[in-house]
Formats: sequence, structure tokens, C-alpha cells
Amino acid sequence: MSRLPFYFIVGLLLLVGIVASVHRHLQFEIPWFPGEQRQVWEIEAVINFNAQNGPVQVDLALPSHQAGFRVLTENTASSGYGLAYLADELGRRAQWTIREAVGSQQLYYSVQMLVSPDSRAPIQTPPGIPAVTPWESPYDTAASQLIDRAWDRSANNATFARELILDINGERQGENARLLLTQMQPSALIVRLLNQAGVQAREVSGLLLEDGRRRQTLSSWIQVFDQTAEEWTLFNPATGEQGQPENLLLWETGGRAVLEVQGGTNSRVSFSMLTHYQPASAAVRNHYSDDTLLNFSIHSLPLEEQALFQTILLIPIGALVVVFLRVLVGVKTSGTFMPVLIALAFIQTSLLTGLIGFLLIVAVGLIIRNYLSYLNLLLVARVSAVIITVIAIISIFTVLAYRMGLSAGLTVTFFPMIILAWTIERMSILWEEEGPKQVLVQGGGSLLTAVLAFLAMNNPWVRHITFNFLGVQLILMAFILLLGNYTGYRLLELRRFKPITEDEKPS
Amino acid sequence: MSWLKNWTWPTRLRDKGIVGMNRRNIRYIGRYNARRLYPLVDDKLKTKLLAQQYGITTPELIGTVTTQFGVKHMRDMLDGHQGFVVKPAKGSGGKGILVIEKVENGLFYKPSGTSLTMEDIERHVSNLLSGLYSLGGSPDVAVIETLINFDESLLEYTYEGVPDIRVIVFKGYPVMAMMRLSTAASDGKANLHQGAVGVGLNIATGAALRGVQFDRPCYSHPDTGHDLASLVVPQWETLLHLAAGCYEMTGLGYLGTDMVLDRKHGPMLLELNARPGLAIQMTNGEGLRRRLDLIERQPDNVPVAKRVAFAQHHFARKSELVDNPDTPSATA
Repeated sequence: MSRLPFYFIVGLLLLVGIVASVHRHLQFEIPWFPGEQRQVWEIEAVINFNAQNGPVQVDLALPSHQAGFRVLTENTASSGYGLAYLADELGRRAQWTIREAVGSQQLYYSVQMLVSPDSRAPIQTPPGIPAVTPWESPYDTAASQLIDRAWDRSANNATFARELILDINGERQGENARLLLTQMQPSALIVRLLNQAGVQAREVSGLLLEDGRRRQTLSSWIQVFDQTAEEWTLFNPATGEQGQPENLLLWETGGRAVLEVQGGTNSRVSFSMLTHYQPASAAVRNHYSDDTLLNFSIHSLPLEEQALFQTILLIPIGALVVVFLRVLVGVKTSGTFMPVLIALAFIQTSLLTGLIGFLLIVAVGLIIRNYLSYLNLLLVARVSAVIITVIAIISIFTVLAYRMGLSAGLTVTFFPMIILAWTIERMSILWEEEGPKQVLVQGGGSLLTAVLAFLAMNNPWVRHITFNFLGVQLILMAFILLLGNYTGYRLLELRRFKPITEDEKPS
Repeated sequence: MSWLKNWTWPTRLRDKGIVGMNRRNIRYIGRYNARRLYPLVDDKLKTKLLAQQYGITTPELIGTVTTQFGVKHMRDMLDGHQGFVVKPAKGSGGKGILVIEKVENGLFYKPSGTSLTMEDIERHVSNLLSGLYSLGGSPDVAVIETLINFDESLLEYTYEGVPDIRVIVFKGYPVMAMMRLSTAASDGKANLHQGAVGVGLNIATGAALRGVQFDRPCYSHPDTGHDLASLVVPQWETLLHLAAGCYEMTGLGYLGTDMVLDRKHGPMLLELNARPGLAIQMTNGEGLRRRLDLIERQPDNVPVAKRVAFAQHHFARKSELVDNPDTPSATA
């Protein structure tokens, strides 16, 4: 039995993987290390609506250069539609038009924003205060009381806005605020009251940037014009916090609607985003080489799929860690690749929260599963009951964490529930058959593997390499094939078989 | 560096000829055990029926339960039997095996003395059918066999359960053997990792070579206190012939055969294992590697009797438990 074909395949995989990676490095100037680079956000907006058999006009607000971000490139995809970019002093808009459209329509807009901390917002003159529509009774007295209270406690426009927000949304929310909130959305109400008091303010829409997020929506923010500094300051309408978060991209700043569709119904816009690092020089060059055949990479996919792939491409790293630990070390885990899935959840939750959440869920699950075993249920029904239990535990923990103000606790929803249910089921059987010690050994082994897989998968360099160099996947494959051919001892066997080697010495 | 004392070097393991998990999987199981033959040994019912065809003695079958509906009729099936064993046909590692030693006043007694009601047994079988103990959780069949009346000569070496004899059969040659004695720590089960005592056996005579519990040497049974040195398996040659015959029966090249000694019927095949564990090396104080290498150089198509004689000649060892080497040989 010749092993030659095997080594040939491994060699070929290694060779192709290395050549592909080096080619990508040289051709597209993608560096081997994630450092010394500019961060670029790719954001894709998808507009969905149902056309009504007639002419359609779609208006979408577009982001402009602003504090912290610069627009690099932008693209649209919209077959059959006419497209125009419009710009005025309130901001830029894209306008799609078509004479006749039927059925469900999808329009795409994608933009690359370069993160540049020194970029400043263009100078803007304050707009005049829009005509204030008077309140009806009894709302007028409530409105003026709110304004007076906040006015008394403030020194300038900014502090006035903060006090007003706290009166309407914060703990101090009183009767007046609650009455007015029956009429309007909180942020619209705040802007209207600010305007009524003679303060220039507007409602803007922003996108919170988080890597790999899909189907996001814009959130509402409030800008107040500061007369003395002659610039807009941003407020969070929920907390009254002043200033712009680092990861907030202002999408629409004119106080107008983000999306307007004429001739369509059920219109909505959702955003997906992805960040990657590239040298400032390559940011432009990459744009030109987009369509060559050799640029066969996932970077030509729509952003939503790219964000998905960023995670998928990390899975082989996790698998490599598992193969390594099982074949070379001999760690026992509960479920072969369960640790990889747990590690993926850790990426979303952060390590400490993830570990605590995992231990809590499994511990509570084991207690409840212990009761279930008295009920004499069929296996499938019992595991299903455990799944529902896991969901209940996760819900309770999420609510508890939220009540206690632990926002980190909210991320436990990222745990793969079915996998957790099977883990609990297996651990419970293990407990009954082999005792708690084996549960600790296998559970500990799984957690150790998960933590190591997490550390490998969460490493910025690993993320950079796997996402930017697809050839690395072939190299990983070659390594895993080689490990699958290893007939030597496992590390833990050196301990297991130790007694054989020692007691023959005397004789 | 006291923790280093518990570790050894890979070179020393190689010198002793120890086979590791990876080598076992790739070189022996992967090479000599064809995947399509696995169902023959993974399903104890199939093994049993096949063994009957080949004239290999196995414990008598009381009946099988294949459906949840059948669980309700189990009462009639068990009626009149004083002791029985319920096994999952596709179980592994001794999981899901329920031994009932005696029935009194509608209560069923395990060897440990714990009593079970009919409902407990029905729940056990119901769990078993839905695949709780089977490999991969697939639906299973319950096999109910008569309790083995194991040979009195071995009675004092065991606590509660039945002592079984594991013989590794490589290409039809018995290469290494051990006896597993259940203890209080192992809850009457003969699984080494649960605390049963493993006793390496001399392939030539069936006499004890070395005793091991929890991977550490031991010289007498921890519960009965009986000296292990005097242990000799009776009807040893019959047992070896039976074990070696399993190669023709299954076609599996690397096979673990589990045998028991019955008072009336002599050696019996309990079950087969296509992935036998490596603990047998610990109980023999010797690696499998040299023996397997020697067998690999032997020609194919050698009759059973010749293979057994070859193994008895080449794999004869001296006991570490007694000083004088002439342990009595027991032949059937």
C-alpha cells in the first residue's frame, strides 16, 4: 500500500496554497500582517419594496464626508433603473427612477468609508428654525412647562438639550413628558421642543458600525447647534449623552427621511457592514483590479455574504485546534466539534461572559435534566424538552442581566441552543454512568478546547490571514491531512502508559 | 519537578512496543477492519446469530424487544427466569447492560443487592430502545439473555459481576489476553476504567501474569483479598480456539473477543469488539507492537489449530506474580 499519492496530494495542496497566498500578497499588495494600515468599512444598503405596476421613484439619503470618516468609493446595483446623485446643502441623495416596475424590487447601494480620525465635518451654517406648529390644548401647557423646567436648569444650548432629553427619556420622566409621548416619537418630540425654545436642532440617522453585522437599521440621534462653537453637537436621545461614539456613522444629517419611495409599498432599507484593513495606497488600486479573472476571491461577493464568510473561514482554524488537541494531545471532549461552535459563540460574547454564560446554562440545564430523567421519557422527547429548557434558561438570564444593567449578559443568545441541549444530555448520561469525575474531565476538555479555539480564531492576525488569503485554507487542509496520518503517541499517553515502563527495571 | 515523574518519554514507550491510540486506529483498525463488517460486531444480536451458524457457543437467548409496544409484553417473556441480562444490541463500553441475579416477590435484584421493580426494568428497556446507549443514538433493540453461571474456580476472584476474558485476535492469531475482574469500585461491571482489576494472561497456559487496577500494579483482589498469582483459566485451549475462530466468522483482522466461562457450557463468546482498547497492554506489562509485527509476517490461510499453537509457542511469558515459573497448565 503506497502512501505516495497521499503525500503528493498534501504537497500539491501546500504548493497551491502557498502560491495563491503569495500571488495575492504581491498582486494586490495585501500585507501579511494586519498592522500599519487603514481601516475601511464596507457598508451595503439594500432597499426592498413592492412596486405597484407603475412609475417608481426611490430616494435614498447617502452618507457624506464627516468627522471620523471619508467616503472612498460607492457603487449601486439596480437593473433597469435610471440613477442620479443629487446633492444640496442638507446632504447627498441617490435617486432611482423607472417607468414601470412590477413585484418585489431590490436596489443595492454600497459604500467604502475610510476611517480617518483627523477628518473634519464640512463647515455648515445653521439652518433657520423651522416654523413651529403650535400645540393643541392641553399639550401646549405640558410642552411649555417641560421647556421652562429644563431652561431653568441649563446654561446653554447643549446643557438645555441634555436636560430636556433626561426629562423626556430619563429617570426624571414626568407626567408632562408621558402626555406628549402619546403624540410623538421621543426624538421627534425632543427636536420639536428644542425648536420651540428657539434652539436649532434636528433629528439625524446614524449607523452603529460593528464588524460582520447584517440586516441592521439606522438609529435616531439628535444634533443641536452650538452658537458659540459654531458647530453641531450630537446627543443620544435615549441617554442624553453628548458627543459622537467612535463607531457611529452619520448616514443622514439633513433632518429629512432616509428613504422615500413613490409608487411602491412595504419599502424598507437594511444595512450590512464589514471592516477590513488595507494599506492606504491599495485602497485605490484594489478598486481597479476588481474584475480580473484571477481576483477569484470572496471579496467580489456582496457584503452580506462576505460578512458571513469572515466567520465561516475561521471554522477550519477551530477544526485544526480540535484535531491537534485530540490527535497529538489526547484531550477528551464531549462531542467532537462542539468546542468549535462554543468558540464561535465566544467570539460574539467575549471570553469571560461566554465562559460564565456557558457554565451557568450547562449547570442549570444539568439540574433540570436530572429531574427529566425521572419522568421516563423517550430520548427525542427528552432532548426536545432540554432544548426548550435551554431556551428558557437563556431567556431568563438575558432578562436578569438586562434588569441588572449587565449589557454583556444579553449576548448569551448567541450560544447554539441545540448543541447546548445535546451537551447537557450527554453530560447527564456521563454523570449517571461514569460519575461526576468524567463529567469534569470531558467538560473541562471541551471548555479548554473551546477556549484555545477561541484564542486562535479571535487573533487579529489569524482573522486577517484567513479572510484575505484563501490559499491558507488549502494549507490548513494539508496540515489536517498530515495530522490524520500521525501514528505516534499522544501526549497524554506518555502519562497513561508510564507504569509499564517503570516496573521492569528491577528484574 | 515532581509532576514530571508521572510522564515518560516516547522513545521508552516505543522500546516497550506500546501501541498508541493513533497507531491502533490507522495501522490496525483502519487497515484490517473493513467498514462494511462493523455491523456484524456492533450489533450483538447479529453477532449472536452468526456465532450460532459457526458453532461458537454464546449465552442462551431468552428473547428480544424491538418496539416500545413490546416493552409491555416483557413481563411474560421474563416469567420463570431466575436471572437474566438485558443488553442493548448496539451498545458500547458496557453501557446499558442490566444484570438481574434473582427475582423474588416481583422484585428484581442486581448483583449489588439493589432491588428494581418491573417499571424500572421497563423504563430501562424503553430508554434502550430509543437509543440512549447505542452508538450515535440510533434506535436500538434489547437483547435478553440467560444469566451466565460462571465457573466456580473463578468465583473467589470476582466481586459481584461475571469475570470476562478479553483476547485480542489479530489476523486470526490470539495475540494477547487478559481477564477483567469486577470490583466494588466498578459496580460489578468489568470495565477497567471504572475500577475493575485487569489480569494479564499467559497465552500459552491461561495463567495470570500481572494484575492492574486503575493502571497501577495490584497483587490480590481488592474486595475478596484473594491472591491473583494462583489464577489459571480452565479450558484455556478451547477458549483460544473459540476466540481464533471469530476471525473466520467475521473477517475482521483486528478483533477483541470477550469470553466467559460457564459452569455447564465451558467457554462462551459474549461479544466482539472491532475497536478493542489498549489497556490490555497495561495488564500484560508489555506492548502489542512486537507480537503484531510477528503476526503480520505470517502467511494467510493457516488453520485455527495451527494459529493457536503458533501463538502459544511464541507468546509464552513468565508470571510476575510468582517466583517459580512452573505454573500448572490447565487444558480442557
